[in-house]
Amino acid sequence: MSERYQHWIKSPTVRAVLYWLIPALFLGYFFYQPLLALFKLLISPEWGFNFSTLDLNKAWQTLWFTTAQAALSTLLTMLIGLPGAWLFARFSFKGKKALKILTTLPFILPTVVVAAGFNALLGPHGWVNLGLMTLLKLESPPIHFLNTFGAILIAHVFYNTTIIIRVVSNAWSQQNIRIQQAAQVLGANPWRAFKEITLPLLRPSILAGTLLVFLFNFTSFGVVLMLGGPQFATLEVEIYIQALHLLNLPLAGVLSIIQLVCTLLITIAHGHLTGQQKLIISPRSQAVSVRKPRKGFEKFIVVLLIITLFSLLIAPLASLALRSIVKLEAERGERGEIQRGLTLKYYRELGINRRGSLFYVPPLTAVGNSFIFALITIVIALILGVLVAYALLQQTPINKYLDPLLMLPLGASAITLGLGFIIVFNRPPISEINFPILVPIAHSLIALPFVVRTLSPALKGIPTTIRNAARSLGASPMRVWMEIDLPLLSAAIIVSIIFALTISLGEFGASTFLTKPSYPTLPVAIYRYISQPGALNYGQALAMSTLLMLVCAGGIFVIEHIRTSNRDRL
Amino acid sequence: MLTVENIKKTYEGQPLLKDVSFTINRDETVCLLGPSGSGKSTLLRIIAGLEEPEVGKVFWNGEDLSMIPAHMRRFGLMFQDYALFPHRNVAENIAFGLRMQNVPKPEIQQRVADALETIKMKDFADRKVTELSGGEQQRVALARALAPEPHLLMLDEPLGALDRTLREQLSRELRRILRKTRMPAIYVTHDQEEAYAIADRLLLLHNGIILQSGKPHEFHHHPRNVWVAKFFGLGNLINGEVISSSPLTVETGIGVILANCDHDAPGIGKKVTLLFRPNQAYDDQSSCTNHITGEISDQVFQGETYRISLIINRDIPIFNIVLAEPHKIGEQLTIGYHAEDVLCLENGIESA
Repeated sequence: MSERYQHWIKSPTVRAVLYWLIPALFLGYFFYQPLLALFKLLISPEWGFNFSTLDLNKAWQTLWFTTAQAALSTLLTMLIGLPGAWLFARFSFKGKKALKILTTLPFILPTVVVAAGFNALLGPHGWVNLGLMTLLKLESPPIHFLNTFGAILIAHVFYNTTIIIRVVSNAWSQQNIRIQQAAQVLGANPWRAFKEITLPLLRPSILAGTLLVFLFNFTSFGVVLMLGGPQFATLEVEIYIQALHLLNLPLAGVLSIIQLVCTLLITIAHGHLTGQQKLIISPRSQAVSVRKPRKGFEKFIVVLLIITLFSLLIAPLASLALRSIVKLEAERGERGEIQRGLTLKYYRELGINRRGSLFYVPPLTAVGNSFIFALITIVIALILGVLVAYALLQQTPINKYLDPLLMLPLGASAITLGLGFIIVFNRPPISEINFPILVPIAHSLIALPFVVRTLSPALKGIPTTIRNAARSLGASPMRVWMEIDLPLLSAAIIVSIIFALTISLGEFGASTFLTKPSYPTLPVAIYRYISQPGALNYGQALAMSTLLMLVCAGGIFVIEHIRTSNRDRL
Repeated sequence: MLTVENIKKTYEGQPLLKDVSFTINRDETVCLLGPSGSGKSTLLRIIAGLEEPEVGKVFWNGEDLSMIPAHMRRFGLMFQDYALFPHRNVAENIAFGLRMQNVPKPEIQQRVADALETIKMKDFADRKVTELSGGEQQRVALARALAPEPHLLMLDEPLGALDRTLREQLSRELRRILRKTRMPAIYVTHDQEEAYAIADRLLLLHNGIILQSGKPHEFHHHPRNVWVAKFFGLGNLINGEVISSSPLTVETGIGVILANCDHDAPGIGKKVTLLFRPNQAYDDQSSCTNHITGEISDQVFQGETYRISLIINRDIPIFNIVLAEPHKIGEQLTIGYHAEDVLCLENGIESA
């Protein structure tokens, strides 16, 4: 090894470029190429694209509905989320730990599972309707929940309340309680102290949380598709319908670009806000800011909040799990008295090809497909994630420009990604036959920002002095990596693996575009089964959803466990 | 006049304040002294009305404050970490308390300007508090607490976060401001030198009670018990047993010692601890009744005197003395103590 080479490799910029090489190529080929292809679509005549023939009215309508439902969902979310944040930031109560773990669930639960959960609670075959039918001897379900605007709103509130709680209660509990006490001692009554001190200091995090929730509602796909029914379509759903069902690629392309511009604007605003937030955070105090609620009105409000949150989070999930093991209705072809009771039939049926059809894929195959895709996703996302984390560790100005490029997949929707993939890769060398491999690639792109956001801080947290100490004790760079970096990163790597696993298992939007009928993933199979008639299909969909929920819930518990035990160690 | 009566407070199942009572008079600056974790800050928050005691009451001029919320007590509290409002500038921070009292705007402006003058930060009115140095933040916090002219000012380790030089400089300034405003004040610290510099009177909080109260020199000359002597670092503490009460004679590991007691002499057979102050040792032992011999293990020059460490025997910790003349390390040295300089402290005295 020549001296010149050694000198060259020591430059942080050169190292960063080397680390960036593979991730950049991957992102360029699989993310930016499809994205550019979408833009090209708008200006190329070969697709027969023409503004005058295009149904722009449809586009405006969809944009209007998307914005309106997102705004309304966000407002409802704030109404529960802000008091919830107050509850978590300021009070200690029995079951707080359990509730806190519960609030992490929506972060990781696939939309199909949540949709299935609400279906099992309030749908035509759900607990509430079947209960009411038996009780009041009704012929048809009295509550019409599916395919209503309300269903979309409730599912969005379920998903996003915890985001508000996390973001705002985090800022709230970090806020030095003494600042508020200082205001009190200076003569401010509690309301005035809240208005003049607490609220202004919380404003950036409330705004950031609101924008984030708005973004998620704006790009909502699975919830709207599965609970809203055909008469409601957000941009995401409309892109999917236009591209896959009506084969109107130009309109789908326009909608994608509208969507991309909107999400980009929201993401930039959000980034701007969270950047600002850092400046205003005051030094953390050791003062204990949580206390038991006082008697009377305060206690009443606190108990009410706890009950509301518990039922909002638990009811759909518990109904899902219970409904998947209880037989309540007649199956197709069954007559007379129905055998009601506990059953594992829906789970047993998952592996059986009852129709004997060649094209029919038994659900268990979908489970298998999903796990294989998840495995590939983990490998790709982890390799790329580690490379990027090391690239970001180098102190060089190029990171400032490359980091946002990496995070853009976070803002671009899965539907847009899927559409782009179809436009670019639906021809040689990657033809339709090779589509299965595109699924884990799309999943990796979606998982990558999460993996990097997990690994990078952990890597930056390893003091350079430790590495230097190991080196001065005679360890080669490879040994240093094996004996220092790797063990210290192990917790972050496990968290990354779980993120990649659950994202891949639950991903619905891109998968609907990319999975062929012969290779369905678990969420795609759930979507197919839940919309088909018959108690058996319904039961099987719920059984698959329950399995998916258990895997994801197990994953988040492991992550929480790692986080808390890491905190104890420090 | 502030009266605190029988305050009791438990923290995480442990009794933190067991039975605290004291009084603060007009114009008096009192230092509340105690090791960390002794409940000093909690006591201040109880007086301020930010926390409620389980038992006990706080009175102001005879009025029971139990039902008066913090924002109506008009007690100023300056926090250890200053708790400045990060979203408001220096002048707005200082004006906050005045606004809460609905003071007219022109008057607020005038009083904020005066306050800035007092803390010598006239040009800082429009500065962000997040851009200030530690010492500047401390002064703004003080001005903010003083501006609404509280009936009582409480300062919770106000110099705790600052470095040594800044602390000394600011503690002089604090003293000047407290003297000038003539506001009764409670000053919490765990640093005795800071307490000496500021206080008219000291209160020592330990094990949930006020262990001793008095002027700074009283603590030095008449520590209430062994713990107080240790906390103030008064000198060498040697265990022993009384063998005669008149004259008070104690048998110890360094020989039989004639000692002196603040109270009635303890009876024969009592376990006691003797306090030997380093600067009361005599090089010329001829006039002294007590003689102590040891080998010099260390000697440090400290300006005008020498701090000498003696090894007397293996069972006794290093015995420190201060002498005017140097000696040789390794040399055997005999020093003398007058009986009236050796203070006999009874073991097991806790409460006042």
